[in-house]
This record gives sequence, C-alpha cells and structure tokens, in this order.
Amino acid sequence: MSERRIVSVIPCSGIGKAFGTVSREAAYELCENLRPADTTLVALSKLVVGDQDAQSRVRTNPAVTIDGCKLMCASKLVKHSGATVAREVSVLDVFRRHKDLKPEGIAELNDPGKELARAIAAEISGGLDEILAETAGGQHA
Amino acid sequence: MPDLPERKVGIIACSGEELAVGTVTRLAALKVLHEVRPGKTVTICLPLFLAGGEGDRAFARFHPTITVDGCELRCAARGTEMYSGKPTASVVVSELAAKNSLEHIDGRRRLNEAGQKAVELTTERLTNLVDQILATKPSAESLISITPVPVKGAR
Repeated sequence: MSERRIVSVIPCSGIGKAFGTVSREAAYELCENLRPADTTLVALSKLVVGDQDAQSRVRTNPAVTIDGCKLMCASKLVKHSGATVAREVSVLDVFRRHKDLKPEGIAELNDPGKELARAIAAEISGGLDEILAETAGGQHA
Repeated sequence: MPDLPERKVGIIACSGEELAVGTVTRLAALKVLHEVRPGKTVTICLPLFLAGGEGDRAFARFHPTITVDGCELRCAARGTEMYSGKPTASVVVSELAAKNSLEHIDGRRRLNEAGQKAVELTTERLTNLVDQILATKPSAESLISITPVPVKGAR
C-alpha cells in the first residue's frame, strides 16, 4: 500500500506590502481550516537556510507556493531547493479577478484582505485533489 | 559639504509561518518600522533578500542591520550572513521570552496574550538596539568595505 500524500504549502509572507500578508493568511486558512489533513505548512526561511526537515517535506510532497508580488520569491526558492512546484499561486492574479477585495494593512489585514485570502485558499483547496492524484504515481522522490 | 544619505537601520524578521514566535518577529518589526521609529528604520523582505534582491542585499551590506528570529534556528541571521554580512545585532524571541519568564506563546495566526506580550518585549528590545546603533558612529570598516564601481572606459 502506498504512503498517503500531502501537499506542502509555502507562502512568501513578504513584509513590505499587504499582498504578502494575504499570502500568509491564505496559507493558514488552507492548512488550518480547509484542508488540515491534506496539507503541511512549510516556513520559507527554514527551507532556504537548508533546514533538513523543511527540505525533506518539500522534496517528498508536491508543493504549492503562494506569492504576494510578481517577483515570485517563494516559487523561485522552492524550485531552487530541488522541489517540484505543483502549483504556483500569485495573489495579484487572484486580486485581478476580485477587484472589490483590496487588501490593506500589513500587520493586520482589513476585511477585504481577509476575504481575498479566503478566496485564494478556496481556489487552491478546489484543485488539491487533482494535485494529489497527479503526483500519486510517484513523480516525486 | 555634500549631503550624505541618512543613516537607517534595516530590520530583517524571519516571519516564520510554522510557529507563533515567527508571527511575533513580524509584528514587532512592523511596529518598530511604522509606529516607534518611523523614518529611522526600514524592513528588508527576507524572501526577496534570499531570492537575490540586489537592492536589499546591497542595503544590508552597507547599513547596520538587526535580525529578529523566532526560534533557535536563527534563519534570518543565518540568511543575512550567508548573502550579505554579519548582522549588527540579533534578537531571538524564544530566548528573550525565556529570560523574561514569558511562557506559552501560542497562536501563529492570531497571537494569544503571551504572544502579544512577546511582541511588546521584542519591540522594546529592537527599539533599544536601533537607538544604540544610531548613536554609534559608523565604523571605518563599513566605509571601506564599499566595492568600487568600475568606470566605463577606465583602464
């Protein structure tokens, strides 16, 4: 019997703009509320400085990255660490489809920002089973 | 006399998502930047810094920096040292909390009361460090470590 797969979720948590906070909030919503049994949250900074636990979790599981700006730091750094990014999510792309949800506040998001985070988490959650099914064939180490 | 750029302190928080102490670093750094020492501090985005953001790395090379980490892994301090230079000062929230007998920091998404006290404590520590650093004259080493920019056409 094959080992049960889960998805690693890595937000950028950028500190310069509210969009970075949205990435962090979306990751919490996904991992704590929507799909706690199917996901594991991985801290980006741990991954980059070579923490073995973090590296092992992203290399053995498909990864979903959530980035707050077009520089896509989380996606770049996860790929650089040798993991496969199954889905890269850009907060700005989702915001373009939800223009009424303008996030404000880096330390504490406003209500539209929290709503945008929930929308992002719901979108990822909707595609999670597909990611798990695609990677069940043993594409990952 | 030429106008020299104002000296500012860069604060680099680990923002670790997995632990509540990571959230403490983020909120304390933002509090210092926006409320306590605006104009005297900047925050450096750690993911951008690690992903190769040249502007952020150059800032950290030539300006004083304080790293603030949530746990003993010290990712922000190690990352800064790997890609730029040794931070001027470092704060580790778990150590600061232990020294002040602050226990049970919890709630990585929404901090509990102990977490909020840890934010206050960390903000105070960061503010003291910023003031100490800005009161000190820049070292000669930091001035001579600037890499000369090659002049086009020069031999």
